[in-house]
Amino acid sequence: MSVGLLIVSHSVRIAEGVVELAGQMAEGVTIVAAGGAEDGGIGTSFDLVTAGMQAADSGEGVVVLCDLGSAVLTAETALELLDEAAASRVRIADAPIVEGAVAAAVAASAGDDVDGVLAAARTAAGGPSPVDDARTVPDDGPTRTLTLVNDSGLHARPAADLVQLAATFDARVQVNGVDARSMLRVLGLGLDRGASVTIRATGPEAEEAVAAVADLVERGFDES
Amino acid sequence: MSLDADWTRRWIVLVADRIAERKAELTHLDRDIGDGDHGENLDRGFSAVRARLDDLDAAATPGAILKLVATTLISTVGGASGPLYGTAFLRASTAAGDAETLDDVLVDVLRAARDGIVARGKAEAGDKTMVDAWSPAVEAAAAATDARSALEAAATAAEAGAAATEPLVARKGRASYLGERAIGHRDPGSESTALILRAAADA
Repeated sequence: MSVGLLIVSHSVRIAEGVVELAGQMAEGVTIVAAGGAEDGGIGTSFDLVTAGMQAADSGEGVVVLCDLGSAVLTAETALELLDEAAASRVRIADAPIVEGAVAAAVAASAGDDVDGVLAAARTAAGGPSPVDDARTVPDDGPTRTLTLVNDSGLHARPAADLVQLAATFDARVQVNGVDARSMLRVLGLGLDRGASVTIRATGPEAEEAVAAVADLVERGFDES
Repeated sequence: MSLDADWTRRWIVLVADRIAERKAELTHLDRDIGDGDHGENLDRGFSAVRARLDDLDAAATPGAILKLVATTLISTVGGASGPLYGTAFLRASTAAGDAETLDDVLVDVLRAARDGIVARGKAEAGDKTMVDAWSPAVEAAAAATDARSALEAAATAAEAGAAATEPLVARKGRASYLGERAIGHRDPGSESTALILRAAADA
């Protein structure tokens, strides 16, 4: 048996999607989704997370991946109230949930112990990953470079707008070398007003995607 | 009048009433600088607490009541305030132990609650969080001469602490993504803390 993974997200579908994605790369690894509040709405559920920590543990331990801050708080609270023996085998990873889960799943399927799997998840934390990012979008496709004009720069709401817009195209879009569909990566760029933004894309709708994202940036994300 | 089990029940029911009344206001504060669910989440949690209080053994101690509040909030709130307030009430319950009244342990109970929130959320003073209401409340309570005046002092200090979050930039939670745009908005967690402690003084 291998180390198990628990995916804690505010969204049922994110948790299930991460399980699906990470599972594809790690046959035989138990990956459990704990997404959404009790009623299936946006939130996190202490009871689901507690049950997930037990379900993912075959005795080898569990690495927990979380999305936003309160998911971490819920996971830490669940861990604190778990019985001591089980709790000693659980680690909460400080890593982006998607990339961290994929890296952790691969390490778990390779037979790493719980701390090895935790370390693998952490390699996905922070900064652009040259491996996935450089390969997905070639630099000879459509490209635009602009300056951020809105006051708050590429912070939560503008980043969300950008990510949502980029996702509507059949294209892989990059912003300064990171996947424009990854809210965490885009936010992780930490771009403020005045920063330079390079948008690049590949795929059937690459031209349209670059034009639309560039337009959104030029409009200052419609901030008043 | 002592801070016995009846008082503890009155306090918690008063919190539930006031959160229900001010749900929209709390949510509005959270919509400005967070994800806009603070009032709804706390109302869901304290409504569940109210329902479970009725089923609790009539002989339950203040500590047992606080523990019920903790476990209920942790499993029903669904946002960051669930684990934060849940941990606060859990640590408060431990500090209360089997005591029949909180009269002699009130400051320890409040301090344990504050320490639980700090341990869980890792926020410091000035981060624009509920800690900015809790910490002055604990200090004010510690300086008071008896339990009743300690509650009054704690509530007043928490209200001042909540108001003092307005000019701050957030360094924790969803509001920290907003940078300087958080300035001028009161932290919703500090406001709900003031509400909880004011209810304690009024109960």
